[in-house]
Amino acid sequence: MTEKKDRLSQMAPGEKGRVSELFAEGSFRRRLQDAGFCPGEEVVCLMRSPLGDPTAFSIRGCVIALRNGDASLVSVEAEYPR
Amino acid sequence: MKDYVAVTLAGVPNVGKSTVFNALTGLRRHTGNWTGKTVDCAVGYFDRGGKHFSVSDIPGAYSLFTHSPEEDEAKRYILEENSDVTVVICDASSVERCLVPFFQIGEATDRVAVFVNLCDEAKKNGISVDLRMLEDRLGVPVVGGSARWGDGIDKLVSVCADIADGKISPSPAKADYGDAENVIARLIETGMSRWEAVRSICDAPENFGYPDAKALRDRVAESTAAACKAAARGTVTREKSDRPSRNEKIDRILTGRLTAFPIMALLLIGIFFLTVKGANYPSEGLWTVFSFVLRHLKSALEAACLPPSLISFLCDGVAGTTGWIVSVMLPPMAIFFPLFTVAEDLGYLPRVAFDLDRCFKGCGGCGKQALCMCMGLGCNAVGVSGCRIIDSKRERLIATVTNSFIPCNGRFPTVLTLCALFFTGSGRSSGLVSAAVLTLAVILSVTVTLLTSLVLSKTVLKGRPSFFTLELPPYRTPNIIETVKRSVLDRTLFVLARAVSVAAPAGAVIWLLSNISIGDTVILSAITDLFDPVGRIMGLDGVILTAFLLSLPANEITLPVMIMAYTASGTLSDQSDVLFIGEVMRQNGWNTLTAVCTLIFTLFHWPCSTTLLTIKKETGSIPVTVFSALLPTAIGAGLCAAVTAISELASQVLHRIF
Repeated sequence: MTEKKDRLSQMAPGEKGRVSELFAEGSFRRRLQDAGFCPGEEVVCLMRSPLGDPTAFSIRGCVIALRNGDASLVSVEAEYPR
Repeated sequence: MKDYVAVTLAGVPNVGKSTVFNALTGLRRHTGNWTGKTVDCAVGYFDRGGKHFSVSDIPGAYSLFTHSPEEDEAKRYILEENSDVTVVICDASSVERCLVPFFQIGEATDRVAVFVNLCDEAKKNGISVDLRMLEDRLGVPVVGGSARWGDGIDKLVSVCADIADGKISPSPAKADYGDAENVIARLIETGMSRWEAVRSICDAPENFGYPDAKALRDRVAESTAAACKAAARGTVTREKSDRPSRNEKIDRILTGRLTAFPIMALLLIGIFFLTVKGANYPSEGLWTVFSFVLRHLKSALEAACLPPSLISFLCDGVAGTTGWIVSVMLPPMAIFFPLFTVAEDLGYLPRVAFDLDRCFKGCGGCGKQALCMCMGLGCNAVGVSGCRIIDSKRERLIATVTNSFIPCNGRFPTVLTLCALFFTGSGRSSGLVSAAVLTLAVILSVTVTLLTSLVLSKTVLKGRPSFFTLELPPYRTPNIIETVKRSVLDRTLFVLARAVSVAAPAGAVIWLLSNISIGDTVILSAITDLFDPVGRIMGLDGVILTAFLLSLPANEITLPVMIMAYTASGTLSDQSDVLFIGEVMRQNGWNTLTAVCTLIFTLFHWPCSTTLLTIKKETGSIPVTVFSALLPTAIGAGLCAAVTAISELASQVLHRIF
């Protein structure tokens, strides 16, 4: 079942979703867009660092780690667990 | 007209640009499986089919809207250097994201080709790329292959030559920016390139009738992403599989909550163990050969009736120190470096940054600092220039000034030798114990680095952590034999070159200082006496401090200089065992405390001159460079003094009790 999860940072490892909006500003916004975080793009939460932060996401065929604070600047629509 | 074809290799990070560069030129530029391995540009030359080519290897850039200095460098190269052909290199496993720079470069120049690298790896993972279809979509020649095995390289060269000759005229596909296209067209009419037009609009959208700057910039970024997606759709096919990939399985263990740190420690211990064990025999062998040669050289020179002081100068001073460096320092370095390179090629280093980022974040730094520190284990100068991968200037400075806390390859042998002499002995388990001690030393270094970063970010380099994106590349099987062969050779030549250029002159200087007197005092003892009081406070002595000072050009020579200074009146060469230095040290009043303090000071003192020059080059600031020398020195001196004071206090207390 679809469960509403707002932010990238709230996703648990194994969950899948689609990017809906970016709240980051300036050069970080552009870096996220270049990395593939654009509305509609599929993103999978892969794993957390052993210390809980950052978290690795699979997006557009590659794995990128974001800190939880940064990941909360990306909103997603969670789809279904893998 | 130019008589050569200038080719620039561009692309997102870690798609193998340097590997393509090496395949084209036959050069051996260092490569590694992580984002940010290449931080500077290199130019190589080769001839193919009667044509001269120049190739520029530049750092990876996710986009030409740049973020970090290393990407700036890349942008400058692509947009300003006059290259005849720009090759955009893609990773076959993730073509879509690799195309971002393609669409941007295609706006600046038509002479673009695409090389889809790592096709073999993609194939293994069930991914195939339809090169013909991609070529149609992109409007430029597309060559596929795997640069590691030289696959596709010949074809790439001929395509480049054809583009340069005008036999092929590519017309790169363009991203569609929607209603901004009208403005772009107007600007192009005024003589701008499409790239300049897009850039002007993004820089100041309000001047072109776009009041919502963010919306416009988003449209540009998203249109580029959409163009990449459209180009990749249908050209890349993936076999669907529900099983987690091999990568995910490895990552689950290597970055697992319970397993990550034990594995990191075990890996360090393992690498150090192999280094210690493996270095023993060659060290002894080299020293035996060396002292044999030296003895015969000496008697030959004596037979030639040269003055005894000249013989002593050459044999004990110059040749003695050089032989020392080669036999004691070379083997551990020649073993550690290849092992480290294998871990690097595997793709393990970014995982270290991923595991440790939280600690760095807590200390106001950047997780990528861990990558610079890993490089610092090899060489601090390399670690310092590696700091370019850190985006924020503040975090980059923190990483730069703390890099020399990590003991570089040139300092390992000193640490290892001292461990063997004073803590572990030479019993059967000594290798493992030494490795553990060395690992503890690294952990101590990391701790001090973190604490210093924390203090710095609370004081002189105030600020909050900036954003952080770290790419975790797929694990790649390293070409072990080739890697080991190459880095052993590289290291050996490097150390030998240093031995000749630094150790031999240092040996000469020491010999002269210890054999020339002013009045009744030998110069060397005057100097060491001068430093003695300071040294004593730190649990060292004047000779040790002098040795550290004299080894500013290269940390490798600290121990040899020390021994030379102790034995300056006698001779070195009668000894057949490398470890006779333990005797020398004990005769000169060394005890466990001296060894501990020397170890601490080896870890924390001024960086070598090469590193300092690199810091000067990277930061362009003399105050920062001076600060980077004073900071570790102050910490080392403080730690040594504290350890000495505590141990004296403890021994007095014990004395009272018993």
